[in-house]
Amino acid sequence: MSTTTTQSGGGTPAGNAPARPGKTGATELVSWKAGIGLSLLAILGTVLFGFMSDSKSAGFGIAEAANEAASSVAALVTFILALLLSVGLGYMWFARRRSGRASGSASVPGWLPPSTVAAVVVLGLAALGVAKVSKITLPSAAIGWIASVILLGLAGYTVYLTQAKKATPRWVGGTFAAVFLIGFMVWIVAGGNGDEPSISLAGLIAGSVTLAVPLVFGSLSGVLCERVGVVNIAIEGQLLLGAFSAAVVATVTHNVYAGLVAAAVAGALVSLVLAVVSIKYLVNQIIVGVVLNVLISGLTSFLFSTLLTADPDGLNKPGRLPPVDIPFLSDIPIIGPILFHQSLVGYLMYIAVIVVYLGLFHTKWGLRVRAVGEHPQAADTVGINVNRTRFWNVLMGGAIAGIGGSFFTLVSVDAFSKDMSGGRGYIALAALIFGRWNPIGAFLAALLFGFADNLQSVITIIGSPVPSQFMAMLPYALTVFAVAGLVGRSRPPAASGIPYVKG
Amino acid sequence: MKLELKGITKRFGSLVANDHIDLVVEPGQVHCLLGENGAGKSTLMNVLYGLYDPSEGEILVDGKPVVFKGPGDAMAAGIGMVHQHFMLIPVFTVAENVALGNEATKAAGFLNLDETRRKISEISKQYGFHVDPDALVEDLPVGVQQRVEIIKALVRDAEVLILDEPTAVLTPQETDELLDIIRQLKAAGKSIVFISHKLREVKEISDIITVIRRGKVVGSADPSASPTELASAMVGRAVSLTLEKKPAQPGEATFKVRDLTVVDHNGQHVVDGLSFDIAKGEVLAIAGVQGNGQTELTEAILGVQPHVTGSIVLDGVELLGKSVKQVLSAGVGFVPEDRKIDGLVGTFSISENMVLDLYDKPPFAQGIGMKPALIASHAEKKVEEFDVRTPSIDVAVGTLSGGNQQKVVLARELSRPLRLFIASQPTRGLDVGSIEFVHKRVIAERDNGTPVMIVSTELDEVLELADRIAVLYRGKLVGIVPAGTSRDVLGLMMAGVPEHEAELTAHKTLEGGTHV
Amino acid sequence: MSESNAPRQENDVAPERPETLDDEVVLDLALDTADGAMAPSVIPATSQGGQIPHAAGGSVFRQIVTGNAMVSVLSVVLAIVLGGILMAVTNPKVAETAGYFFARPGDMLTEVFRPYVALVQGSIFNWAGADTAAQLYPITETLTVSTPLILAGLGVALAFRAGLFNIGAQGQIIFGALFGAYVGFTWHLPFLVHLLLVIVAGFVGGAVWGGVVGLLKARTGAHEVIVTIMLNYIANFLLLFLLTTPAFQRKGSTNPISPFLDQSALFPELLGPQFRLHAGFLLAVLATVFVWWLLKRSTLGFEFRAVGANQSAARTAGINVPRAVILVMAIAGALAGLAGIAQVSGTEKYLSGGVAASIGFDAITVALLGRSTPWGTFFAGLLFGAFRAGGVAMQAETQTPIDIVLVIQSLIVLFIAAPPLVRAIFGLNPRKKKKATGGPGSGTMPSGKIESGAATA
Repeated sequence: MSTTTTQSGGGTPAGNAPARPGKTGATELVSWKAGIGLSLLAILGTVLFGFMSDSKSAGFGIAEAANEAASSVAALVTFILALLLSVGLGYMWFARRRSGRASGSASVPGWLPPSTVAAVVVLGLAALGVAKVSKITLPSAAIGWIASVILLGLAGYTVYLTQAKKATPRWVGGTFAAVFLIGFMVWIVAGGNGDEPSISLAGLIAGSVTLAVPLVFGSLSGVLCERVGVVNIAIEGQLLLGAFSAAVVATVTHNVYAGLVAAAVAGALVSLVLAVVSIKYLVNQIIVGVVLNVLISGLTSFLFSTLLTADPDGLNKPGRLPPVDIPFLSDIPIIGPILFHQSLVGYLMYIAVIVVYLGLFHTKWGLRVRAVGEHPQAADTVGINVNRTRFWNVLMGGAIAGIGGSFFTLVSVDAFSKDMSGGRGYIALAALIFGRWNPIGAFLAALLFGFADNLQSVITIIGSPVPSQFMAMLPYALTVFAVAGLVGRSRPPAASGIPYVKG
Repeated sequence: MKLELKGITKRFGSLVANDHIDLVVEPGQVHCLLGENGAGKSTLMNVLYGLYDPSEGEILVDGKPVVFKGPGDAMAAGIGMVHQHFMLIPVFTVAENVALGNEATKAAGFLNLDETRRKISEISKQYGFHVDPDALVEDLPVGVQQRVEIIKALVRDAEVLILDEPTAVLTPQETDELLDIIRQLKAAGKSIVFISHKLREVKEISDIITVIRRGKVVGSADPSASPTELASAMVGRAVSLTLEKKPAQPGEATFKVRDLTVVDHNGQHVVDGLSFDIAKGEVLAIAGVQGNGQTELTEAILGVQPHVTGSIVLDGVELLGKSVKQVLSAGVGFVPEDRKIDGLVGTFSISENMVLDLYDKPPFAQGIGMKPALIASHAEKKVEEFDVRTPSIDVAVGTLSGGNQQKVVLARELSRPLRLFIASQPTRGLDVGSIEFVHKRVIAERDNGTPVMIVSTELDEVLELADRIAVLYRGKLVGIVPAGTSRDVLGLMMAGVPEHEAELTAHKTLEGGTHV
Repeated sequence: MSESNAPRQENDVAPERPETLDDEVVLDLALDTADGAMAPSVIPATSQGGQIPHAAGGSVFRQIVTGNAMVSVLSVVLAIVLGGILMAVTNPKVAETAGYFFARPGDMLTEVFRPYVALVQGSIFNWAGADTAAQLYPITETLTVSTPLILAGLGVALAFRAGLFNIGAQGQIIFGALFGAYVGFTWHLPFLVHLLLVIVAGFVGGAVWGGVVGLLKARTGAHEVIVTIMLNYIANFLLLFLLTTPAFQRKGSTNPISPFLDQSALFPELLGPQFRLHAGFLLAVLATVFVWWLLKRSTLGFEFRAVGANQSAARTAGINVPRAVILVMAIAGALAGLAGIAQVSGTEKYLSGGVAASIGFDAITVALLGRSTPWGTFFAGLLFGAFRAGGVAMQAETQTPIDIVLVIQSLIVLFIAAPPLVRAIFGLNPRKKKKATGGPGSGTMPSGKIESGAATA
């Protein structure tokens, strides 16, 4: 008797009924979706990059060093560091994998493969810097065809795996995206005006990061709110009121830092309304968000038209937060300007991403926040005040988005204008979903959107085979595709959008 | 620690859930709260645990009055609770769940889960739990999840442990294990409040029994009291524990399931190669512990499960691959296991819910236009016939009591000629009066000559209604046994022991005299 | 109590527990979420058009005082007052006249009320008009401006009823206008036939763009809020692109605008050429009747509402949920598409990048204000149309930026969505004061409530 029964509760980790096999994340893509989606994209890629390729070549400018000597030293140091890091990480990956295979369980930590790839990419870039390569010129037809073949191959592999009822490994999606991006870039640049069209890669990426700053702040606000169970559609309003307050307060106080603080307060103020109305009065969170956006848009436009235009010098001349170089590091080619030539708001962005990530996943506060967002009743029964946790998190999210808003008036342009956030709050929302409710994911997604945004303006300058409107459409189309294809199955915090009432 | 409740009253609007309840829990004692569904046991415990403010009355710990503003206060006072629906976060690990609200931290608020892991293994060792602190809770069987809940309370040094209907989700054997754990806890000096409506367990484990009816304490009893005595105290009138029914007159087997397999989205075979028949005029009860494929089985018949193979034939017509609408049109009446979620649209009126699956059929609709007057008169008639207690048919169905909601579902499903009647957990959460009503209706439908399939996790209900009993374990059919099979055999079969082996073992245990 | 275990901040319970809301609000929430098992829909079913009868009931007086109609009126009043304060504070002339308020209070009050007077004059009746036509012009203008708001609002409201948040009215209007305008200026047909075809084209255009959302939602589970936001941008860029192509761009123009629609493709003017009011308004009335019938009297509407209120129950009852989702989004899109037709065949008479203006977003507030009932939406559309029409006049007359209209609109919706907030502001809350701390006697429900409940039950 006891042989079967007493073990039924505790000792059946390998049992077949309730245990799920997908723990290691092997089923990254829903099988048929991945196969069909990648195949369609591969065909599209082949048509565009292969058949429609230009005979011209595409140039990518690399180095735009202000200080040659410093730059080459920095490049060399980076090269050595990146080399050590790549080898170290690569060995670790290899060793873990082997020991994992021996013990029969997956033991490669999730962060390892992407870190290794990142280290190798940095290594490559540094190598270009060391070799003083200032420009790479690629034959578009050849690259286009190579990319097409790889894309078709990967899509075919996915279809094959799907047919064999196996899960598609993660790297397939990643590689596919990278190859598609390279093929696309080469194709689009080669289609530009002139005999040998070229763009500056460094400028492109640095510009992308700049454009992504408000998106990152906005999506972090979204992460903080949704993780605690409150849907925050009001990001747009938080950005806009942040921008407005930063401009006005910085002008009035003649202090841009006061403007920055005012932006945070303003964002939190928008959140306060969201929190009170949705948490205390149980109004649908999406409604409150949408309405708040309209309210803030109307309010700032009204005040702009009445007060700010009447006295622009006294109310709408905030001055700017200048970019600050971090010595030495900012001289590293490509990476330097991206990471270490930023305004205060830019550095705050990096800090915010790291702090929010660590906070959410490694601290007591984060554990409680996630518990409230997943299962508020369970959190309540262990003595966590659900609505208060929600309240403070929403407020904090608003403050972060508000700082993002200050980017518009303190960094990008030094004056407020009507509706200047231009729908970026909604893009931030998309980045949040794209990034799967994870701060790092949201950050990367925001970078991608910033990249698409910047690419559009760069392409418009050099001319391109694609009408600029389609380029402008790209991030949005991409989001629809992602939401429908890839992210559709990832799950948001379980209690997101559901008000909590005790008992 | 001695815990006292004095004159606790809890009102929700005009409803008095607890009416001046007095209760004393002595240290090292197992105190059972016995009462039927809706008697106010859970409300009382939620008051005690600080989840509700009492409207009146006070709580005393070791003779001193205390006020719990939230579960945090209750825990600080040494009260722990294992809820009927586990309060665990599915996407967290065991350690994270145990740590939550009681976190060990390193500098700057960083989590120290190692400390929690250490505590978990300490407690596991002491009480013989086998729990992996790094397993995700959603991957664990319910029995283990329950132990995680107990660990949660013990880590917080609970002296009084409240267990709210802890055996509802367990097999009889898992229940025995739980009772052993409770004995160990008692031996360690903890007080246990054990809430249940199951007489057998209560008799087996308790030192003292308090019976609650309609929010009032109606008396206390000794564990040695007879089951019928306890039952009538619980219900407030003499109850016959068995339903009067005529023997079944099974006719031709018109419903046939062959090799039915359901694969879930994770690729698991949640229903695995089932084959059975149901004849006209008989009740086949599907017994088994919650989560062994019953839900998927009924959903596969209804046509809402995506990956189903095999064959489901009703009156010679294959149902597999048909839409829900076609299945219902083929004459299948379906009472889902969760009426609030699957059975009713809570915000719709009673009359709308009465036609929820008939709204587009004559006489309620012609083309795409509906006939509100007919729908209303139909609802009036059914409310009358099924004795739904409501001020009007325009009332939102979600505001009715559970019993009346279930009557609405039954009225709807039984209001058309049926070729097959399926009811999942038809009496879950109902009071005795409603249970009797539902059971009578089910038997009446059987006597009409309809094949009936009842899915229930309550062994009592299975034994009461069934003409034959099919036992499911992990999606597989353990066996089909006749109605008179003993509880012990069924209990073993529910744990996956094949029929003949179960009979042998049960026989042996009975002779050994260890089983009650 | 809270002092005794203060050291741990998070564990410490707030000194005052969140106030107990009206029983009714909590009960409604339980209904909308099946006791917390699912997310409530955007317009929770309990707040769609009037009170949901509870088994417990409530007194008639209470329902009038605290009911939705009263809350709606109070919300509008409150928003108008707040808007007035905002305008007064930012108006330098008010500050000026306030300086001698006690000498001549009339000056300041005139200054404070001037914008609203202009608003009324520009939207309802212009008593300063030279003749009857000029006096009545504002009200016809209101009806004209309301037409697309009502149509698009119905689109949003219908989707709400199926539990879908259609933020995509903007894109659907663009698609409707795109299809309709193309038929309007490329084909040349006799009057009624041409107009009818334009309407059908707009209907189809909107239905396609809305249907895509439904399709993605039903087949892949993509969240409609995200998809519709993205599709708005895509539609907008597509429109801008097409307006640069020969098929759409006006001959000889370098601006991205289309040729004028044929006269035969335009809505006839209802009151003669001196008014802009066109037959599109009748279309809006018809659409309102249609949506009412659809929701109240058709099996399709029953399906939509069931899917919106409880998808699992709908599925179990044999309703084809994906089909309902696709259909409701297509019809919602089609209604918004008709708003696009009201623009190109009614007021604008050609297609440009700004054809949808901000109608698609205003439509959301219209639907919310109308509590997503057809007639509620109709009247909400009229109200916001009046704000729009009057806002233009107000801006011209008093230099008050029309943006104030957005502020007032959104405040109205915000207040309407939170009846307890409005009741609290006006002191109408039926519940008695609760003692801050727990303990004997606290938390008892007002006895009046019990009695009134028992009396009607």
